[in-house]
Amino acid sequence: MTLELDRIAITRAGAPLVALSAHIAPGEVLTLMGPSGCGKSTLLAALIGALPDAFALSGRVRLNGQDITALPTEARRIGILFQDAVLFPHLSVGGNLGFALPRQTPDRAARIEAALADAGLNGMAERDPATLSGGQRARVALMRTLLAEPRALLLDEPFSKLDAARRAQMRSFVFDRARAKGLPVLMVTHDPDDARAAGGAVVDVRGAPVSL
Amino acid sequence: MARPLRSAGWVRPVPALTVLLLAGPVAAGLAGALLPAFGWMPALGGNALSLDPWRRLAEWPGLVAAVRLSVVTGLGATAISLAITLLIVAALQGTRAFALVTRALAPLLSLPHAAAAFGLAFLIAPSGWVARAVSPWATGWERPPDLLILGDPAGLSLIAGLVVKEVPFLLLMTLAALGQVSAAQRMTVARSLGYGRVTGWVKTVLPAVYAQIRLPVYAVLAYSMSVVDVALILGPTRPPTLAVQIVDWMGQRDLSLRLVAAAGAVLQLALVLGTLALWHGAERGLARLGQGWAAGGGRGRGVDKVARPLALGVAGLAGAAVLLGLAGLALWSVAGLWRFPDLWPASFSARHWQGQSRGVLDAVRTTALVGVLATALALALVIGALEAEFRARARPSRRFTALVYLPLLVPQVAFLPGLTTLALIVGLDGQVVAVTVAHLVFVLPYVYLALADPWRAWDTRCATIAHSLGAGPGRVLWAVRLPMLTRALAIAAAIGFATSVAQYLPTLLLGAGRVETLTTEAVALAAGGNRRLIGVWAVMQMLLPLVVFVGALALPALLFPRLKGMRA
Repeated sequence: MTLELDRIAITRAGAPLVALSAHIAPGEVLTLMGPSGCGKSTLLAALIGALPDAFALSGRVRLNGQDITALPTEARRIGILFQDAVLFPHLSVGGNLGFALPRQTPDRAARIEAALADAGLNGMAERDPATLSGGQRARVALMRTLLAEPRALLLDEPFSKLDAARRAQMRSFVFDRARAKGLPVLMVTHDPDDARAAGGAVVDVRGAPVSL
Repeated sequence: MARPLRSAGWVRPVPALTVLLLAGPVAAGLAGALLPAFGWMPALGGNALSLDPWRRLAEWPGLVAAVRLSVVTGLGATAISLAITLLIVAALQGTRAFALVTRALAPLLSLPHAAAAFGLAFLIAPSGWVARAVSPWATGWERPPDLLILGDPAGLSLIAGLVVKEVPFLLLMTLAALGQVSAAQRMTVARSLGYGRVTGWVKTVLPAVYAQIRLPVYAVLAYSMSVVDVALILGPTRPPTLAVQIVDWMGQRDLSLRLVAAAGAVLQLALVLGTLALWHGAERGLARLGQGWAAGGGRGRGVDKVARPLALGVAGLAGAAVLLGLAGLALWSVAGLWRFPDLWPASFSARHWQGQSRGVLDAVRTTALVGVLATALALALVIGALEAEFRARARPSRRFTALVYLPLLVPQVAFLPGLTTLALIVGLDGQVVAVTVAHLVFVLPYVYLALADPWRAWDTRCATIAHSLGAGPGRVLWAVRLPMLTRALAIAAAIGFATSVAQYLPTLLLGAGRVETLTTEAVALAAGGNRRLIGVWAVMQMLLPLVVFVGALALPALLFPRLKGMRA
């Protein structure tokens, strides 16, 4: 699976904000760096189809060669992780994972339990998400995203709220799984360590390479 | 192209439908008052325009007193309610007493006006608890004194009855507004510049807060000028207020009096509009004076020493009046022999509860039916309208909010008589359907006011996440947003239900005396003055919405017993 940004340009009231072309191969991570307010998160919103009305977008987004620029968010199959886990508070941990699992999946309970085991959260399906630690919540959020079988993964400063020890763990946890599934990953961050751990190219919102 | 197009689905027509259901009855009702006011009422043989209804209205000897009463009670109740509300917020915000006041708000809001008015009447009547408490040792009264306290011609007890109910409403609206104007920051700046708490609040927060609560204040003014049920319980009788007299004319067997009632309704509307304009003018004048005062630099630190105890005293007095009043109602309902000036009944009896049980249960059924129907409809419409706003990614529309307020700004007594006449013509009067639609007009605004803020404050990243996991807009609404908003939805529903239970005039007029609710039955007993009977009905009228409120508060814990995040 590949994610292709073909001359993506985002403007706000006519002023250019983002101008970027990129080709992200399966399992590869492209890191986007820049100061806050430079339009990094706006680009992610555009890629999942949730760009606020104040912005205008031109260019095409392709997933595996398919043009998805005009598709609604739910039809794109692009997973996204924010710096907060944003787990649904009205569902248990297992309920959150079940929400993501496609309806016709056989053996739902086993799939959910396997995902939890993979995240080191064995037997926590019945737990209240409000009782989890920050690291646990982040792992549940990743498993929830992966269970929806995305074709690409977007990361919006996903490690910035974790403490230093957890951050390194969580980075390798996320990148390992994305690589194993062959997902193209686009990561937005302002932490050079994130970019180093990702190992891929690092650019700014105009596509210029950034040296760490 | 900013974003992919997605059809808004079933919610697209809901905002327009909502406006139609609110503005339609108001407009039709006003037309139904305006035409008969000028003699045009084909059903009664009036085919020619004439000023005859106005001539007959002018001949009513009570007219001048009724007009004065409407303006004085309206302005008095609104000014006093607003002053108390602002005093409480300015002087007590951030204290433990304030936390107590906020917690008491929800149950106070669910209390029907009529029950609060009966409670106050029982308390301050010549034979009430206040007189008993000081008799005979201080007053020498061995029997209830012959004083005209209830229904005093100046309308003072009517104003008091309105104030105890309007302060909780304005407080709630002010609390909601505080969050939107960064009140805490403004106060920090003011206090670090050396301003006292109250003076700092009035100079820096009030201007922003008042802009947010202006419509609720106008609603209080319109309501206080034209209220019928509270006026029947606490207002003067000879002559009564204009609104009460209009309802009286509507109920007379002489149908030509309906033309006079229509003229009265138009006059009432003009009075309310004129007084609103007066209030608006006063606002501007005060604002101009206030700017100079605020820029003058007076720190007013001494004010706090007086304002705090005053605010505590006023809040305590209002709270005690309501609580003691309700306790008095409950006690009278089970009192056997209770002589003046005894503080406590000599004997107790369940006789009145037993005697009324069948009638009370029938009324509870009807009240609950209308309340549930109106609330369910209002919830569906409000959810649809807010969801349409969300899907269109629109900002909150000020025009929509103003239209939602319309039924609260046009006096009930100005458009309900006309609406009743229309219902009569199409044969819907006296039907539960007609009463429910009329209730909806007043239930919907309160449901909207209760739900709009929590709805818009919802973390929309939940929708983004759910969409990215493959959920369409319908699933996001039903499986994510609505369950997450359980608490806000339950409270909005309880407020809507309480609003429906409290409706007197729409039930009386559209129900044509055939739809009997707890409120119409309780208020009908007011003239008779049988305290034990009134006690039974008023207690039931108070209990029904209270039970629903308690249930609403408990609902999130019942539905999500093991999820902490749902209880906040």
